[in-house]
Amino acid sequence: MTEFDPRIIAFCCNWCSYVGADLAGTSRLQYPHNVRIIRTMCSGQVFPSYILKALELGADGVMIAGCHIGDCHYVSGNKKAEERFRMLLGIMKTLGLDARRIRLEWISASEGVKFANTIKEFAREIKELGPRNGGKE
Amino acid sequence: MTNIGIYICHCGTNIAGMIDVEELARKAAKLKDVSVVKDYRYLCSDPGQDLIKEDIRSMDLDRVVVAACSPRMHESTYRKVLSEAGINPFLLEIANIREQASWVHSEKEKTTEKAFDLVRIAVAKVKKDEPLESLPADVIQRVLVIGAGIAGIQTSLDIANIGYEVVLVEKEQSIGGRMSQLGKTFPTLDCSACILTPRMVEVSTNPKIRLHTYSEVEEISGFIGNFHAKIRKKSRGLNPDLCTGCGECTARCPTKVPGEYDEGMGKRKAIYTLFPQAVPNVPVIDRANCVYITKGKCGICKKVCPAGAIDYELGDEIVEEEVGAVVVASGFDPFDPTSKEELGYGRYKNVITGLQLERLLHTAGPTKGEVIRPSDGAVPKRIAFVQCVGSRDEHANKYCSRVCCMHAIKNALLIKEHHPDAEIFIYYIDIRAFGKGYEEFYKRTQEHGIKFMRGRVAEIFEENNGNVVVRADDTLLGMVMENEVDMAVLSVGMVPRSDSAKIQKLLGIATGSDGFFMEAHAKLRPVETLVDGVFLAGTAQGPKDIPDTVAQAKGAASSALGVISHKVLELSPLISEVDERLCRGCGDCKDICEYGAIELITLDSRNAARINPALCKGCGACTVACCNGSIKLRNFTDTATFAMLEAVLGGEA
Repeated sequence: MTEFDPRIIAFCCNWCSYVGADLAGTSRLQYPHNVRIIRTMCSGQVFPSYILKALELGADGVMIAGCHIGDCHYVSGNKKAEERFRMLLGIMKTLGLDARRIRLEWISASEGVKFANTIKEFAREIKELGPRNGGKE
Repeated sequence: MTNIGIYICHCGTNIAGMIDVEELARKAAKLKDVSVVKDYRYLCSDPGQDLIKEDIRSMDLDRVVVAACSPRMHESTYRKVLSEAGINPFLLEIANIREQASWVHSEKEKTTEKAFDLVRIAVAKVKKDEPLESLPADVIQRVLVIGAGIAGIQTSLDIANIGYEVVLVEKEQSIGGRMSQLGKTFPTLDCSACILTPRMVEVSTNPKIRLHTYSEVEEISGFIGNFHAKIRKKSRGLNPDLCTGCGECTARCPTKVPGEYDEGMGKRKAIYTLFPQAVPNVPVIDRANCVYITKGKCGICKKVCPAGAIDYELGDEIVEEEVGAVVVASGFDPFDPTSKEELGYGRYKNVITGLQLERLLHTAGPTKGEVIRPSDGAVPKRIAFVQCVGSRDEHANKYCSRVCCMHAIKNALLIKEHHPDAEIFIYYIDIRAFGKGYEEFYKRTQEHGIKFMRGRVAEIFEENNGNVVVRADDTLLGMVMENEVDMAVLSVGMVPRSDSAKIQKLLGIATGSDGFFMEAHAKLRPVETLVDGVFLAGTAQGPKDIPDTVAQAKGAASSALGVISHKVLELSPLISEVDERLCRGCGDCKDICEYGAIELITLDSRNAARINPALCKGCGACTVACCNGSIKLRNFTDTATFAMLEAVLGGEA
């Protein structure tokens, strides 16, 4: 049996988290290959439906990453993302999806290490949860 | 008919070493609507760019995907390539296969697979991209400089001397900053005031520089080319236009308090200027300590002022300024060593900081240049310098503060010149004498008999006579040593200015893990920030000595001039737009917009939202708030995102 190789989508904001991921690269920090990054202008630009669509298409985990609260390049986009994320958690429950499959993280432009560690941790957790199609979800 | 060209960069071995470029090209060639796939050693080089241009022209490509380094590196380079080849520059996507794949993974097969996914995402996106035209916007040809230390002064003078206006804002009552506190400067030993004060006078007399001292920027709105700043001019308790700077008020003021400018080593009055050559030479009433203001008694300064300038009730004033670019030169604070309890600062009188010693050595300082120890006023004969206090320290700041080695060496030499019989010990980890002429200066001090002790100081404790004992691990001899000295000087490092968090929030710029403002690129964009039109100068960006500060300040001036010397700038067209036919006019988008960029208009007797393209910053918050999808963030639409997700998860492009 082949090992479960999860598919993770990460929506990273252009100003902090995408730059943090770049810093992980320039610092040559190693992290699991499972993540695919989609650049957004702001975490507040991420529609809740993006996450649901990704899950519908078979993603095993989805992350939204933005600037730390108070540091948003657009003043308060991350606060909007936080409110919507809370709402998403409710929808996940209604749909019978495991809320641990989605994640909201604040990763600044200087936190390459945090980016790499977050992906490591998330990939490990998703591996422990197992594949979605093979399970009950 | 879509005609996409995909170009894969090897980046030498940076990409090709971990990604099977040929395999990636083979797979990419099979994607729908892709006409050509090529790989090249260095795509950003001239021949690499020409390769893309030729294909666009000869093969009628209408969209391009570049699989290479981060778009933050070369997105603008490739946009220009598209423009020059005759297609719209926004029909480009970058697959970031270096920072997000080859540099962070170590299994070639998996990394190649991931790179292909990133290319698929980019192809899906580029198909949804629409051609966009940049928006022209008028530029306000003035620069706001925050902070008037040597960095802000140099930036302002450079800009003003080219012929553009500068608004220079200084929080303190005089310009000059930290450099004005210094006596002699390394390695030339020329006096700080002798080289700084002429520049300060130049600032005050230059008609192109509008100076706001004792003032703070409270609000900044707008965007590159068009910033609006609200500045609070704090009340000095007197009318600066009437004040002649005669100094009578200061001389007669009966209140004395420890002076901040002297780092607490001397006293100042409750109505005071920072130093004799202050610019402007106008005092400030310290409202917390003025007896008239706190108790309603005294009023001497008002009685003696020949110009009738004193006005205790005078309130703050708000001024508004329009500028096209901003330079942040807010400087540093010395590290507060109180937190390093083992060194006894604040508990033992004869443990002082390097900046306090600097004030003692200053000929215009509280002791007129005589070094005395605080406990009894005696001249210390044995002095220990403790290096790296708050720097290169896992428990404080990890970085090197870059000036403390030379600063201690310089002050050691000055003491030695005054008192050749003084015994001086410098406890260091490494001596960093990296600047021009620094190593030679260091050698010179060694010849003066200053003793360099290699080892970090573990503890300082006090003897009954006020002397302090320095305990350190001598890493050259491999033994613990104790040394009783008359006074210990802590070479404290640099930390970000206490209000730098406020400035960061005002401008939306980023700080690094050390708390200093972050440049756009560590090597190639050292004065730019990630916010267009906002630049950095001096120690606000990281510890620096004076030559490096001045060099960076000149760099910031030229970068700011690069913005404001244009009458018109092209603004990014990546902003939101409303489909007015669909809009129901509910106004949710208007409420969520942080920039007031959306207004409700009447359209055929119904409401509809309209976006002001000059104010919209393209965050996309309104697009999510819209109840029926009638607002789109250009080229970041939901349909594009769904297409990308389908490409990578559904396996199609």
